[in-house]
Amino acid sequence: MSKEVNLKPAPVKNTRHVSEIRRFFKVFFSRWVVVLGMVIILFFIIAAIFAPWVAPYNPDKIDMNNALLQPSKAHLLGTDSLGRDTLSRTIYGTRISLEIGFFVVVLGSAAGMALGLVAGYFGGWIQAIVMRFIDTMMAFPMLILALLIASLLGGGINNVIMALAFAMVPAYARLMCGQVMTVRENDYVLAGRSMGASHTRIMLRHLLPNCFPPLIVMMTMMLGTTILAEAGLSFLGIGVQPPVATWGNMVNDGRQYLVTNPILSFAPGLAIMLVVYAFNMVGDGLRDALDPQLRGIL
Amino acid sequence: MVELLRVNNLVTQFKTDNGVVKAVDGVSYYIDEQEIFGLVGESGCGKSVSQLSVMQLINAPGEIVGGEVIFEGQNLLKYAAHGHEMRSIRGAKISMIFQEPMTSLNPVLTISQQLTEMLILHLKMNHEAARKRAIELMGLVGIPAAERRIDDYPHNFSGGMRQRVMIAMALSCNPRILIADEPTTALDVTTQAQLLELMKDMVQRFRASLVIVTHNLGVVARYAQRIYIMYAGRIVESGTTKDIFRTPRHPYTMGLLKSIPRLDEAEGTKLVPIDGLPPNLINMPRTCAFLPRCSWRIDKCFKEPWPELTPVNGNHFIRCYADTKEVRP
Amino acid sequence: MNQSQDNVILDVSDLKMYFPVLRGLLRRKVADVKAVDGVSFQLKRGETLGLVGESGCGKTTIGRCVLGLYRATAGKIMFLGDDVTALPEKKMRRVRKNIALIFQDPYSSLDPRQSAGSIVGEPLKIHAMVMTKQEYKDRVEELFRVVSLDPSMANRFPHEFSGGQRQRIGVARALACSPSLIVCDEPISALDVSIQAQIINLLEELQDRNKDLSYLFIAHDLSVVRHISDRVAVMYLGHIVEICRSRVLYDNPLHPYTRALLSAVPIADPFIEETRERIILKGEVPSPLNPPPGCPFHPRCFMAIPECSQAVPPLRVISEGHEVACIRV
Repeated sequence: MSKEVNLKPAPVKNTRHVSEIRRFFKVFFSRWVVVLGMVIILFFIIAAIFAPWVAPYNPDKIDMNNALLQPSKAHLLGTDSLGRDTLSRTIYGTRISLEIGFFVVVLGSAAGMALGLVAGYFGGWIQAIVMRFIDTMMAFPMLILALLIASLLGGGINNVIMALAFAMVPAYARLMCGQVMTVRENDYVLAGRSMGASHTRIMLRHLLPNCFPPLIVMMTMMLGTTILAEAGLSFLGIGVQPPVATWGNMVNDGRQYLVTNPILSFAPGLAIMLVVYAFNMVGDGLRDALDPQLRGIL
Repeated sequence: MVELLRVNNLVTQFKTDNGVVKAVDGVSYYIDEQEIFGLVGESGCGKSVSQLSVMQLINAPGEIVGGEVIFEGQNLLKYAAHGHEMRSIRGAKISMIFQEPMTSLNPVLTISQQLTEMLILHLKMNHEAARKRAIELMGLVGIPAAERRIDDYPHNFSGGMRQRVMIAMALSCNPRILIADEPTTALDVTTQAQLLELMKDMVQRFRASLVIVTHNLGVVARYAQRIYIMYAGRIVESGTTKDIFRTPRHPYTMGLLKSIPRLDEAEGTKLVPIDGLPPNLINMPRTCAFLPRCSWRIDKCFKEPWPELTPVNGNHFIRCYADTKEVRP
Repeated sequence: MNQSQDNVILDVSDLKMYFPVLRGLLRRKVADVKAVDGVSFQLKRGETLGLVGESGCGKTTIGRCVLGLYRATAGKIMFLGDDVTALPEKKMRRVRKNIALIFQDPYSSLDPRQSAGSIVGEPLKIHAMVMTKQEYKDRVEELFRVVSLDPSMANRFPHEFSGGQRQRIGVARALACSPSLIVCDEPISALDVSIQAQIINLLEELQDRNKDLSYLFIAHDLSVVRHISDRVAVMYLGHIVEICRSRVLYDNPLHPYTRALLSAVPIADPFIEETRERIILKGEVPSPLNPPPGCPFHPRCFMAIPECSQAVPPLRVISEGHEVACIRV
């Protein structure tokens, strides 16, 4: 009979074993930039939800007498060419931009990851076909692609979301496929097969969690790209139609007045910048928090 | 016997985020002319780091913090690591071959370029003479069709062949000492045998000394005349090969010998593993590093710092408080 | 053969595994890598058969074919009445409940994002062994204990364990569904020497407890294979060149490659080493892309005659339980 040898792992550090959830939050909030990012996002989400109460004016109210005003006490960020209050439009714009950003990223990444997962796992002709298809899509600049699709579907926020999501799929698919191809060489994937695991189980239980981290980073980066892409579409008249305020719209509208009323573009531009920054930081934090090996940081 | 190299109390440490790792903690040994000696231990015991320290190939966060390496009357550690003196010793007087033949050679240079580089640099040969000598060396180490193959790239050679090229390079400038750091671990058994025989023949031919750094006790039993056994950065047993294998005296050595399967063992032999886990080198206590795993330990071991190397018999030294001559528990 | 056929759990006949080499845009097959080229052997209930050989001999490939991870090019693998080579993937998954695989690399064989308990219990989930949550927990705990791991560590992740402990997790996982056969693919070569014995003993102990458990033990370390196996099959370039009882392997090796292999393995005993036959082979292992005609070993063989290049020698029975593939024996 074997004796119970003392096999406690040699402690690298004096780490207590904390429960998974506590550890997640500990790592997540351990960097101040991540916390800052969360705060900024929360700030914007609150602004979006409570827009009707927070915004001082009706964003669609046209007032030609007060057009193109500089920032003042009455209008903290001035007004645009139609007399609409920039601050209110920026606040309302949060809703649209966040909504579009969120859905595009979620839909695009889900579809892209699924494609990449299947292509990378099965390899062979499945991978060849999927990747050639992806390559074809990537041959078009993303905006042109979105443009094509949006023009087929027509304008309006839902179609914009579909078009942008579709245009983003190739990037996710390709990244995922590459990740899968690396990860699948690990013995634990072979172990899964040797245990009799089904393809689905291996893909979802073993490949997906291990391939996910770079995808998170991509997702957060794509958020900014989405918002800007939406602006491009709106500029071409295919995106969200006026008078709905989106940050992209506003940046474009303000371009004519960049010298006289720079705040018209800067305000939404700053908003975009803050949100993109915040999501990038949160994305980094998420990726680190999800990594079991970062236990050592504690 | 003429002494070629003497290392006294070498200490090399690595500063990590979690603490200081004393990879080599007071190692002393000597190398005589034309002898083969073995430095034995498992991964993490400091055997490779000790040799890299002698060659001053330690980079940050590692640092040689103590001791001397006396070679040809000079303390090598006094020289700057990247200075002219060390560079003229490396390769020319003391050479080293490494474990991974796949990565030790530069993949974008031909064998000719890599072999002749040493000759031109250290022996100041001109290009033709160097090339001629390089071809000779390749023949000596058993690479067929050397004139043709000298212009090939490393990837045209198999692992065993690449290691032969490394041996040729290491010997090209007639070094006094050749250090082989786990030279055959990455290779097949029959290739290992070929290369070890080759190294033995070559050092005899070149009248050099060979240091074999390995974890394989069989290899040192076969080739080495003297052995040093390392554990957690220190030498725990030293002596002639025959003495150590006939009467191993340190608990670690004894434990190791009982735990490895032997090709010639009788049917039904049971292995006796060494209890516990390899030591954690960060912030080691002052007591003996083998203490948690030792079945010979006595009270003194818990209280006193790790003992010095004491002779048990002529040239046979161990680092232990217990009297290990009795029948083991 | 005279043995009772219903005691044989694994019967491999004339197994061939060729991997096509595809070139060009249309990925046309230009050649085959003949990893396994006509291998036959049987494994009895409760027996350990060692497959030993150097790189490229095909031993790992055989292990994978037995599990159906590669679809054999030709030949039959009968496991408990099923022909593994002919089963569709879905049926094969059920067979895999009864065969387990232990891997070489304790670092990449465990999913870094799965807790140890989840890794060990995964086969139970995959094969839907009907059980309640409590039964599942109990079974996982039991498996941990069997491999001498503390069950309270089930929540920890692989990187928190040492190499030897991870290998134990791998063993526990292999045992989850109480298989009849475990294929051990170099299970200890990535571990420290002093830990290897622990795992070897664990494997032996598991067989002591369960007389019906068989191992197919694949390794390149001849000493280990001989220690743990009842019978050993020596492989070279996709062929078995000799099969015999492990004691006979050292006492009376017949095939010239076996003799060379044995002589290449140094024994940790300088006195024995002095008396041993030293056979140094010439050249290197040829590539399985381009095997020599006739006997695969003849170009390097010290006993070769012209007839050797004409046909692959079949495995012939020399004495009870001892087969050799050589015309000179």
